[in-house]
Amino acid sequence: MTLLDNFILRALLAGLGAVLAAAPLGCFVIWRRMAYFGDATAHAAILGVALAFALQAPVFLSVLGVALAMALTVAFLSGRGYAADALLGVMAHSALAFGLVAVSLIPNARIDLNAFLFGDILAVSRFDVLVIWGGAALILLMLWWRWSSLLIATLSPDLAHAAGVAPRREQMVLTLAMALVVAVAIKVIGVLLIGAMLITPAAAARPLAASPERMAVLATLIGALSVVAGLWLAFLIDTPAAPTIVAVAAMCFLASNLWSGVRRRARRA
Amino acid sequence: MSLINVQGLRVVRGGRVILSSVDLDIAAGEIVTIVGPNGSGKSTLLQALIGAVQPDRGSVRQKPGLRIGYVPQKLHLDATLPMDVTRFLNLPRRVARARWQGALEQVGADGLARAQMAGLSGGQIQRVLLARALMNQPEILILDEATQGLDQPGSAAFYQLIEQLRSDLGCAILMVSHELHVVMAASDRVICLNGHVCCQGTPEVVASAPEYRALFGTGTKGALALYRHEHSHDHHHH
Repeated sequence: MTLLDNFILRALLAGLGAVLAAAPLGCFVIWRRMAYFGDATAHAAILGVALAFALQAPVFLSVLGVALAMALTVAFLSGRGYAADALLGVMAHSALAFGLVAVSLIPNARIDLNAFLFGDILAVSRFDVLVIWGGAALILLMLWWRWSSLLIATLSPDLAHAAGVAPRREQMVLTLAMALVVAVAIKVIGVLLIGAMLITPAAAARPLAASPERMAVLATLIGALSVVAGLWLAFLIDTPAAPTIVAVAAMCFLASNLWSGVRRRARRA
Repeated sequence: MSLINVQGLRVVRGGRVILSSVDLDIAAGEIVTIVGPNGSGKSTLLQALIGAVQPDRGSVRQKPGLRIGYVPQKLHLDATLPMDVTRFLNLPRRVARARWQGALEQVGADGLARAQMAGLSGGQIQRVLLARALMNQPEILILDEATQGLDQPGSAAFYQLIEQLRSDLGCAILMVSHELHVVMAASDRVICLNGHVCCQGTPEVVASAPEYRALFGTGTKGALALYRHEHSHDHHHH
């Protein structure tokens, strides 16, 4: 019984940590319309997994390195005006394809691909939980520190310049945070659904929030609710944990939008 | 001493020369208008003046401690970003309540303090942006096609506001516009830009310069005269 409690507790803690990292950053992902940026960074992480097994390096560091390289490339290209939607889409999906090919080429390695594609929240270790919370704390600190500058750079790079804020530096902060989120969340959510965990809670929070801060806090709460309810549901009806969590978040998105629609109609009537 | 001095400015972006050998000097209290066709480097010049674009050659010098109020061409307002006007004015740093309130009153937008940015009309956004630019008592106001997207009465009202602010605050004004007939007459100096400075001088001098006519044709001279005519009568029927 204690064993069961422990692995559920670890799963819960890991999921909550990942959401704490992903949800506030997800707000910037939708405000700046960079959903593909998240996908490209997350998908590139599979390449990091392959690299970790080939070099027998720690998965976390390898994923962080490759995700960072991908995020920097995308940020550089979009800064130069190359990053059309199509190019970002191609990069996001081909990063995944190359990663899968690379994993299959590694000799004698028996890698549980599913664990990295969809996450394996029930198998996280005590150390994993520590790494996840450490990463989440780092991301929150970065966002907290740069919050106002990030907001003005998001609204208008020129206004940011005029106010003494360098938009490129703020872009760098988000790029770093994005790579960290991917490295932190890969074991919990898996590369295919990290993008969903970034934007779904934030999108669900939007109709309920009147300020950017409130939207970030609400997104985190909705994400946390999704983790708790999703894990519980996954046990109850025996479904994979990460997709169940994302499905709950999607239901929250639907509910909050329906509710605000009803409220708007009631106000008009 | 001049507020801003530009010498031999050259800006290259993506292999394309956008500005070359641009010289520009703006004195305290003067109204300067930059006109030029699309892609003539007007916005890039303003961005170089506020430091958002680095020159590839030449220099941009500001009077030490110069207070600039900058009004961008447009705001990338995404409806997914919830933010009211007050919060916007307090970014990236908090300012005293009296200051942002006073600025909103100056532009006639004091009723908008609690309105969501994403719900504002084009004219309201321009007023809020102007209020933002006025908050730290600028010595120079830089406006980039500030009336883009406004209808004619809207942009006429906006320019009236600018003129009034100039006489109230005594700040210099540098603006980019394509609405020659509205803007030129109010300017002390007009600069015609097309990658380089084609010609400059008083509105009358520029409007009759061959370089200007080559770019805009002769029709605008009539429009200028028309505006002068309206200007001498009544502002409020604009």
